Amino acid sequence: MPEQDQAAINTAPSAEIHHTGSQSPRYYMRFTPEQRYMHATLFTSFLGLAATGLTMRFSESFWARKFAAGVGGFGAILFFHKLCAIVLTIAFLIHVKDVFTRSWVRREKGIFWGPTSMVANWKDAKDLFGHIRWFLGLGPKPKFERYAYWEKFDYWAVFWGMVVIGFSGYAMWFAPFFAHFLPGWALNAVLVIHSEEGLLAILFIFSIHFVNTHLRPDSFPMDMVIFTGVESEEEFKEKRPLEYQRAIAEGKLEGRLAEAPGTWQINFSRIVGFTAIFIGLLLLVLTLSAYLRE
Amino acid sequence: MACAEFINDSSNTRIRFQPGGPCHAIAGLARIAILLLAVFALFPGTAKLKAQECLTCHADAGMTDSAGHSISVDGKKFSASIHGSLQCSNCHADIKGYPHPDKPAPVDCKTCHADEAAQLTGSVHADAKTHPCTSCHGDAHTIVPKSNPASAVYALNIPKTCGQCHGNADMAKKNGLPNVYPLYMDSIHGFALSKQGLLVAANCQSCHGSHNIKSHTDPTSPTNKANIPNTCGTCHAQINADYEAGVHGKAVAAGNLKAPVCTDCHTAHAILQPTESAFRMQSTPICGNCHKDKFSTYRDTFHSQLGSLGGYVETARCWDCHQAHDVRPASDPSSPINKANLVTTCGRCHAGANLSFVQYQPHANARDRKLSPGLFYVRLFMNLLLASVLTFFLIHTILWLVRARINQIKLRKGEGGNNA
Repeated sequence: MPEQDQAAINTAPSAEIHHTGSQSPRYYMRFTPEQRYMHATLFTSFLGLAATGLTMRFSESFWARKFAAGVGGFGAILFFHKLCAIVLTIAFLIHVKDVFTRSWVRREKGIFWGPTSMVANWKDAKDLFGHIRWFLGLGPKPKFERYAYWEKFDYWAVFWGMVVIGFSGYAMWFAPFFAHFLPGWALNAVLVIHSEEGLLAILFIFSIHFVNTHLRPDSFPMDMVIFTGVESEEEFKEKRPLEYQRAIAEGKLEGRLAEAPGTWQINFSRIVGFTAIFIGLLLLVLTLSAYLRE
Repeated sequence: MACAEFINDSSNTRIRFQPGGPCHAIAGLARIAILLLAVFALFPGTAKLKAQECLTCHADAGMTDSAGHSISVDGKKFSASIHGSLQCSNCHADIKGYPHPDKPAPVDCKTCHADEAAQLTGSVHADAKTHPCTSCHGDAHTIVPKSNPASAVYALNIPKTCGQCHGNADMAKKNGLPNVYPLYMDSIHGFALSKQGLLVAANCQSCHGSHNIKSHTDPTSPTNKANIPNTCGTCHAQINADYEAGVHGKAVAAGNLKAPVCTDCHTAHAILQPTESAFRMQSTPICGNCHKDKFSTYRDTFHSQLGSLGGYVETARCWDCHQAHDVRPASDPSSPINKANLVTTCGRCHAGANLSFVQYQPHANARDRKLSPGLFYVRLFMNLLLASVLTFFLIHTILWLVRARINQIKLRKGEGGNNA
């Protein structure tokens, strides 16, 4: 488990030592602090939205009523739901502004197309089929770039989800205003859309995303890279060989060298991450039990 | 200081006057009275026993009969009671003098209270053995008018008096009755009575009557279903008028007793303040008892989902839109759910509601393609999206897990890996 090795060694990587030295692995930057803070904001507000949203969606289940009573009644549930919604909306707008600035103001390349883009391309389709063939033992494991197809799917699922859930949520919050340009039946539809899309997001994040990203054997029990921002060279090569090779070819690998995460950083990340995973799995169990009982 | 004292021994009773006392002057009168008594004693058929005489013995607070029941009478309380002007033999008619039989005949109140006795005869309390007058009115020797707060049947004391039996779980069970006293005491009527001391608050007899209480199955009973609107309407006149104008009132008046009367929604005894959260929380299922389809579709909406959790009462309940008592069909121009009135009705909660806003269907059914086609297809799309995404990734993830685990074990040469 790479994270434990990191914690045990806890020494700054040195570019002079051999690249694959097992005593002092080198660490490379994957996520900027801004991206990590964005993820932290997303999952914190998402957990808040999920806990309060599920309470409203399954308001007749025993745990919903207990939870509502525990946080100060149903007015409080709605208040926290709206509060988290505002936080998530601001995070979303910051991200959209960031994409806009990088692509249109700074004219950065590779935002909408290319190996580092979040936009799906032909390689992603091939990777998906290749990956499934590998699952079934019919071919080699595909070599992934910076963002694998399932990571892109996660991104767009969240992106689409925020647009759909956000819009339908605000339509309910400010229903008389939205009624100026929405037909009457749409006010009925927004609740269906909001709750079903919310349910999809919750089920997807707390089962598929958790397993794909954190709980699968390669990363078990948690992929720390989103918390620490760095990953070991071994992990980098194994998980994203094409990006690794491209970085070498472009001579950019050394530029991404980073310090190994400190013990406190790993411990803090573990606490936060496991808390989030625990809450998520708990909500998943409660959701499934309430959903199946309906 | 007493003018005189009774001297009571086993063989003789006499009065000893205190010479030089402040009422020495009336001592002579008293002597005359004793003389008169002696005369009446010679003609017992025409004489009435005076309380004073009986009290000679019965004033003794510790006096009991052979069965151990107290047979003492407090002279002061008796003379203050509504019966204070009567003589003992007015009620204890079989006792003509002293000595008297050990077991005098039971007192028959109907000698004087014939109307009440007649009403009682047809009532649920007709059996005088189990329901003697004293069981409600208390000891006849200390009885006071019902307007007196000390009376057991004073408005504020009635629930407690009835509750002696009707708050007794065993008694209720034995007679197949609900144990209504605690329900009543926690109701809005009970609080008005016990906390505010409101004399006009409904107590037991306001609805059930007093002597002529009949089972609710009796068509003449004020608690018979058909009579309940008028019974409640005795106090709640405007609400009764509204109710009679609404569909439920009209149906009941036309003899359809499936339609709800007051107690079907408010209950009979445990009546809550309808604007309070406790009643708002329990109220919609009550309408849902009959309006099953409407209740089911209501439960799919935001109004219901938000409203189902404890304490949150702001979202619309049935009568917020339909009215509680003056319920009218949407086709009625004076109905709040008539199309022409919807902006006003919805606008009571949703400031800024407009014509487009009120097209919202509070009872839309996303499962009904004909009734709500737009909603039907939206739900279908969302369900397909949810099912397909989750199914695909569930299979994808399981396959991945299996493959990753196999490879991990292979790589570590069958050691089981780090996380075995």
